[in-house]
Amino acid sequence: MAEWINTVLQGVLLGGLYALFAAGLSLSFGVMRMINIAHGDMIVFAGYAAVAVVALLHLSPALAIVVVVPALALLGYAAQRFVFNRTLGDDVLRPLLLTFGLSIVIQNGLLQVFSADVRGLDIGALATANLDLGHNIAFGVLPLLVMLTAVATIAALQWVFRHTRAGRSFRATSDDPATASLMGVDRHHVYALAMAIASAVVALAGVFLVMRTTISPSDGPARLLYSFEAVIIGGLGSLWGTLAGGVLLGVAQAIGAKLNPGWGVLFGHLAFLLVLTLRPQGLFPKTRDR
Amino acid sequence: MSLLEVHALTAGYGDFQALYCIDFRVEEGEAVAIIGANGAGKTTFLRTLAGQLPATGGHLRFDGQDTGGWSGHRIAAAGVAMAPEGRRLFPSLSVEENLLMGAYTRRPGPWTLDRVYALFPVLREFRERNGTELSGGQQQMVAVGRALMANPRLLLCDEISLGLAPVVVRDIYRTLPQIRTEGISLLLVEQDVGQALKVSDRVVCFQEGRIALEGAPAELTREQISRAYFGD
Repeated sequence: MAEWINTVLQGVLLGGLYALFAAGLSLSFGVMRMINIAHGDMIVFAGYAAVAVVALLHLSPALAIVVVVPALALLGYAAQRFVFNRTLGDDVLRPLLLTFGLSIVIQNGLLQVFSADVRGLDIGALATANLDLGHNIAFGVLPLLVMLTAVATIAALQWVFRHTRAGRSFRATSDDPATASLMGVDRHHVYALAMAIASAVVALAGVFLVMRTTISPSDGPARLLYSFEAVIIGGLGSLWGTLAGGVLLGVAQAIGAKLNPGWGVLFGHLAFLLVLTLRPQGLFPKTRDR
Repeated sequence: MSLLEVHALTAGYGDFQALYCIDFRVEEGEAVAIIGANGAGKTTFLRTLAGQLPATGGHLRFDGQDTGGWSGHRIAAAGVAMAPEGRRLFPSLSVEENLLMGAYTRRPGPWTLDRVYALFPVLREFRERNGTELSGGQQQMVAVGRALMANPRLLLCDEISLGLAPVVVRDIYRTLPQIRTEGISLLLVEQDVGQALKVSDRVVCFQEGRIALEGAPAELTREQISRAYFGD
């Protein structure tokens, strides 16, 4: 019994990481209605950026977050403002093609610089630290930290969307960019700002990913898939739904892996398909069709 | 110098030319109504003024600045607000959030949430509601209020009576003199000629993309307007 409780607990906490993966994707789809195929590769890129920062600047992994998050936010702003914005319009295929190309560029760039060897971040005792709840039930401190960060991040994003001028302009632009421009909203700036925020979350996700496990340059597409699944399970446009989606995916993967070490990813996909069949709009849909 | 000066303006959609050589001006504090049949180019003209549609020729000057070629958000920041045709409220935003979006440019001026609620008291009741839950007339009030929140120098109103009951139209038009006391210039596009004549200082009639008639309401006869409206 305790074994199963541990399994579910691990799955729930893994869901925190998946929610962080997915929040950035959800944001760029929610505001720009743009599907970012390079999203998973951006996560892996952020992980490698953290590896590089730790190696080159001799910082602790925790401090690497402080460097990587703002750096990726700036990079995200610039990428949206100077590249992605040019592809936005009635044709949904153009951003898809662009980000698909970017995905290949990032993967091969990482391969060139870091080789195909897997990399990780040495976080010392934190990697194995446990909280023992007794009765043979325990969970890792790092996964818990990731989950708490995910909850805090989503709460912060939700607050920004609900209660700030920038958040209102995100939602208004998502609804109707032409009318928003009548109010003085420069949608190119709004999109870039949204991408900056999404990239900051991507950076957090990437650094946590490389703290938890090792990464290789070709890991991006799988992270993209998990992100998509978490977003779709949760329902488009709902950030708390994305957290729920991440948790569901994490639990399904943990249970699958418990039954058979090779079934983890499979069970995640099956849970996704099940939700898609029973509730195609996701658990908590919010985004309106335009 | 007029607040808005338009000289030899042309505009259109693709190969279709909708406006031919329009000369037009609005003075500070003036209320001008544009009337005309469907397809006369009225909405195209407003959209061009607001930067939603690029002019294909001619000059646009607002408040002494050459605004031709400016994007919509820049023109909005310069002090042109619009209550667009069809209201176009943001469906994900509450009534109050829609109004706050109007104040996005943070232009200083007399119009605040409280002033808009004083002008349209019913909106205060529905402030937390979603805009799409309101009646057509209430939605129109939100659209006008949202435009006022920008504290514009020129307010463009596109067909604010469209699809509304006459009594509701009267209620909304009753607020226009109050809005004008703040010195805002008004440019109304209107199919309802009676309303247009009542509230404006000057009427301009568009016909097939050209200005067919222009004058103070009192100076124009019914026959003149009818001829300008429908053609000979």
